[in-house]
Amino acid sequence: MYPAAFDYLRVASVAEALAALEAHPDGQLLAGGHSLLPALKLRLAQPATLIDIGRISELAGVERRDGRLRIGALTSHDRVARCAEVAAGARVLAEACAKVGDPAVRNWGTLGGNLAHADPASDPPAALVAAGAELELTSTAGVRRVAAGAFFSDLFLTQLAAGEIITAVELPVAGARSGSAYLKHPHPASGYAVCGAAALVTVDADGRCSAARLAVGGAGPVPMLADLGALSGARLEAAAVDAVLADFSVDEPLEDPYASGAYRLRLARVLGRRALLLAAQRAAAA
Amino acid sequence: MSQPIAISVNVNGRRYERAVEPRTLLVHFLRDALGLTGTHVGCETSLCGACTVLVDGAVAKSCTLLAVQADGRSVTTIEGVARNGELHPVQEQLWHHHGLQCGYCTSGMVLATIALLEREPRPTDAQIRDGLKGNLCRCTGYAAVVQAVHAAAGAGEGS
Repeated sequence: MYPAAFDYLRVASVAEALAALEAHPDGQLLAGGHSLLPALKLRLAQPATLIDIGRISELAGVERRDGRLRIGALTSHDRVARCAEVAAGARVLAEACAKVGDPAVRNWGTLGGNLAHADPASDPPAALVAAGAELELTSTAGVRRVAAGAFFSDLFLTQLAAGEIITAVELPVAGARSGSAYLKHPHPASGYAVCGAAALVTVDADGRCSAARLAVGGAGPVPMLADLGALSGARLEAAAVDAVLADFSVDEPLEDPYASGAYRLRLARVLGRRALLLAAQRAAAA
Repeated sequence: MSQPIAISVNVNGRRYERAVEPRTLLVHFLRDALGLTGTHVGCETSLCGACTVLVDGAVAKSCTLLAVQADGRSVTTIEGVARNGELHPVQEQLWHHHGLQCGYCTSGMVLATIALLEREPRPTDAQIRDGLKGNLCRCTGYAAVVQAVHAAAGAGEGS
């Protein structure tokens, strides 16, 4: 399988990338290429120009500053998954990135590329929505920040505008008595998430829930946040969590011959409960 | 056809300079331009791992990389694994434990195992299965492969 012919440009900085995007409005950014190349080979995409941003070193790496983690858009899934700062401050994201594809995919696939692609069955988006992350989008007009929860518009569609590049992801570092977890039911052949549940829980000194967030991927076109208001002040136990998640629903559930919408919703409730309980257990130990 | 791009890639310790069409996949560059046909083309959809090579020491699927992405990097293929006519311990143990039947997936399995042992010199069964998750075998199965990886690790070899 060969992609359709394209011109190739390699850029070394964000400024060069933005200039290239301006000069080639129909150009397509290439980061790790692990979502893009399969699409090019199937000719689902036929850009006239590929702008290779994969070697912009300023966009790769993880920094912890002022209680926040800043992850460069070109940081590979493998690097995020193995980063001690991420494991300590945003375990839900480390676990999600560790469950992407296989080792080769994690070596080349990048966090920013993954978010721009916006595959509904991907792992990092739900983790970032649960963690309350923000995406930093850069264009020649400047920088804007978009909450992960608002970034995904629909299947493979995002708020990223023409001429814009995802340059980083920022998220708050989990505080005291906070825990998080990502659990996934992978499709047995593709490894993509039939459903993935990302949970973040903070408990008070008595072990009662003071904050909880659950984002579910794979069930709908974009990551869905569950309404967990009723858990506030409660002890996180299976029955209480199940009662709250019984109301969790998805407007347009994904369906395919492998998994019906009803099955995905069932998985969302079961994985959601397990992820919340695991996060609560970790919060109590933190 | 778009403008060819000049690239320089170190493959198995030897530098190759070629001009390639941008859409050339790394696996086709290795096989067709360099004649290194030990890297196999399997599914062509990033799933099977038959085309696995190491790029700068890290495991990669050469059907999912452009040759231009390998410009300036070092690639190790199955042809670069044996030294002085001696099989690498991973090859030796796959042979010894019957970790292959038709052999089509084996070059990829060998490279993925070398990368795995580099990181985890004494991996558990679960770590081996996770490390080789991207490498499918459709005839032998995986039990003998896992045994072979344990044996290669036991041989004290990770590289």
